[in-house]
Amino acid sequence: MVALAIAGPLLYPVDPFDMVGQPSVPPGGEQVLGTDVAGRDMLAGLIHGGRVSLLIGFMASLAATLVGLVLGAVAGYYGGRIDDLIMRTTEFFLTIPSFVLAVVLVAIFSPTILHITVAIAVVSWPSVARLARAEFLAHRDREYVQGCRAIGMPDREIILLQILPNALPPVIVVSSLMVATAILTESGLSFLGLGDPNQVSWGYMIGVARSVLRTAWWMAAIPGAMIVVTVLAINLVGEGLNDALNPRLKQR
Amino acid sequence: MRGGTVRFVLRRLAQLVPVVLAIAALNFALAKLAPGDAADILAGQMGHATLEFTEQLRREFGLDLPILEQFLAYMGRTARLDLGISLIQQQPVAELIADRLPATLLLMVTALVLAIATGVALGVAAARRQGTWVDNLISVSALLVYATPAFWLGLMLIVFFSIRLDLLPSGGMMRIGVAQTALGQVLDVARHLILPAATLGLFYAAVYARLMRASMLEVYGLDFITTARAKGLSEGTIAWTHALRNALLPVVTLAGMQVGHLLGGSVLIETVFGWPGLGRLVFDALVQRDLNLLLGILFVSSIVVVLVNLAVDLVYGFLDPRITHK
Amino acid sequence: MSAVLEVADLAVRFRTTRGTVNAVDGLSFAIGEGETVALVGESGSGKSTAALALLRLIADPPGRIAAGRILFEGRDILALREEELREVRGGRIAMIFQDPMMALNPVYTIERQIGEVLALHAGMGREARAKEVVELLRLVGVPAPAERAKQYPHNLSGGMRQRVMIAMALACKPKLLIADEPTTALDVTVQAQVLDLIQSLKDRFGMAVLLITHDLGVVAETAHRVIVMYAGRKVEEGTTAQIFKDPRHPYTQGLLEAAKWEEVEGAMLREIPGAVPSPFDMPKGCAFSPRCGAALPRCRESVPPLVEVAPGRPVACFVAQERAS
Repeated sequence: MVALAIAGPLLYPVDPFDMVGQPSVPPGGEQVLGTDVAGRDMLAGLIHGGRVSLLIGFMASLAATLVGLVLGAVAGYYGGRIDDLIMRTTEFFLTIPSFVLAVVLVAIFSPTILHITVAIAVVSWPSVARLARAEFLAHRDREYVQGCRAIGMPDREIILLQILPNALPPVIVVSSLMVATAILTESGLSFLGLGDPNQVSWGYMIGVARSVLRTAWWMAAIPGAMIVVTVLAINLVGEGLNDALNPRLKQR
Repeated sequence: MRGGTVRFVLRRLAQLVPVVLAIAALNFALAKLAPGDAADILAGQMGHATLEFTEQLRREFGLDLPILEQFLAYMGRTARLDLGISLIQQQPVAELIADRLPATLLLMVTALVLAIATGVALGVAAARRQGTWVDNLISVSALLVYATPAFWLGLMLIVFFSIRLDLLPSGGMMRIGVAQTALGQVLDVARHLILPAATLGLFYAAVYARLMRASMLEVYGLDFITTARAKGLSEGTIAWTHALRNALLPVVTLAGMQVGHLLGGSVLIETVFGWPGLGRLVFDALVQRDLNLLLGILFVSSIVVVLVNLAVDLVYGFLDPRITHK
Repeated sequence: MSAVLEVADLAVRFRTTRGTVNAVDGLSFAIGEGETVALVGESGSGKSTAALALLRLIADPPGRIAAGRILFEGRDILALREEELREVRGGRIAMIFQDPMMALNPVYTIERQIGEVLALHAGMGREARAKEVVELLRLVGVPAPAERAKQYPHNLSGGMRQRVMIAMALACKPKLLIADEPTTALDVTVQAQVLDLIQSLKDRFGMAVLLITHDLGVVAETAHRVIVMYAGRKVEEGTTAQIFKDPRHPYTQGLLEAAKWEEVEGAMLREIPGAVPSPFDMPKGCAFSPRCGAALPRCRESVPPLVEVAPGRPVACFVAQERAS
């Protein structure tokens, strides 16, 4: 799927915004998967949409992971007041309905890929922060960490070089699953018309197809199926990572 | 209810104050961050946006005051549940929201009840038959549904049930312009409710089924289950009384944490099904770029989440006697 | 003395990702009416698995009773239908467990958990149950039984919880009580009380008791007969007096030695060197041979069979058998 999204434009060089044929042509004709309401090529849309969805999914998840890791590490390692502050904030963000907040953020700033990515990251980081905090909290009093402190290693090095490698596996699992959630969120946003107007995305294609659901259901079905397959694949990868990285849990 | 519980609720309500303040503050900050203020938007709408006129509006709204004063004024208004006026619809935001909130709550609660009932039943069934085809079927279906965008699922259900089979209405909350008895009206709403509630509920049913299965398996490994078997209880009794109540605890916690997520989901589902709730209001506000309304919805929905979390804590205390509401 | 329980050639296997494991192998023993028999061994010896197998409580998968017969009051437990089995469980054979913290369901009251047994096996109504529960709690020495009945497990101390477990087990006056390490998780002072309680109730109701333990101190005070298990097999059996005065198997000797030293205040704990072999890595021959000071070359070649070295004294050890003959 990733390979297809990256190599897609080379293999199938049709601009998704070009009107290449009659509108609402069913799949199977000159355009393999037919055309949409404005006569734009569906397959080209799917490929471009995949690029956008995956890009946003990965970038948002990466950003959220970085932010969550930093905050969680600081909170867990130092504890005390800074921990209190960070965790209050985290819980606060967990309370606010994340999708509604994402909608408001994208609506306030214009819907560009960057802003959508940032909005999704803003609503996603708290779960990473919580997990990272728990990990750092569990590790900070272990002997090897105390040893490092005893030989005068600065906190920054202990956090980055000593604890981080140990705390990372569960975080990687969560953030890989977050890619899936981010893709779902992105598709929801663009379905509501909050996608980047210059980029086709799967959610946008579904949104456009909604008006012709009665006559051309496949137009909504196909991009939706793409989302399902992609998200499913990412979830399976995430679970695979979980089994590989967290052998403790596998013993069940 | 015991006196301790009442005190617990009061204390928890008191704890909500800072959270609500924080939400209001976030709202204020977001409003300030937005490019262009109310005066710009209003002036733009009226079509004769001279600079003087905009400035005059700004004074009227108090937008020329120092930011701190604006903030205090805003907090004061919010405390009186005055969320400002929808600049597009020319109605108080609070009123618009109050109109729509019941429909959203109806949808959410129905979906949640559906989701918990099916999720728990399927999770228990899968755990009791761990490793069999029943378990595999349930687990794979749950994984699949878990990967499906709910709004798209809703569209597909419309295609199937409304367009192909013509069984259920594809949108709205009731038939309009038809005289109906009270009972007829309830049934009519129920008919309209089926598809959106099923769509919204299905995703969470998958989530709960997965969690419930894991939780049941965990509980099955505990000693008191062996005790129950040694007593001679049947596997059914063990599953539905001894194991279930313990296994529910993490599911309840998760359900509480996901109320916000559920609200987000209902925004999309309401849009798909034309359900006249908060979600539709979000969509309308988006189309009309009605920021005040949008922020009001964010505020109210956050409050709803906070209150539901309080309710979840109470349910938790009821399920687990080890929790005392001191 | 007629036997209440007769176990013959019991084998329990566990299927794991690393292969099949014999947790219990060829175990045979009998318990007479009103008799207390102790099943002794270190953890990993298979004694708890054997106890669970008696009521078919082994989780399947991964475990399975692969062979054997378990005759209880003349009926083969392994051949019972599900409903018949459930009548035996809790009704005719009751069981108490090592950790009373974990063995009671945390979300239900004591009354409900004991009452369940009464409803199931005695068909008692709600009010009769409530009365009987209080009566049972009084019998096992729980102070303020009426109040305790309404409480949850977390409100009770460990000793009290074990008393509750015993009350639950006694609810239907079983013929056989299986007590799996009933005192291990308790404070030393409470241990003696709980043992005394089991002892006095046993006499009162004429129950037989199968006591599973690793603690020979417990055995000396309560059991008539002792069965020593190692690595899933019985290695020695005899009356309590015989086992204590004249242990034949080097493993039994080691256990006794360790128990003696434990009693000496401040003494270094003297344990048998080494540990129970991993079931995945069983030594060839006698499973105890790697830890045994007296092991002969043939001990490492073949598994010693159980042979009576004296009347009523089967021992599975080549060394002991040679000495006796």
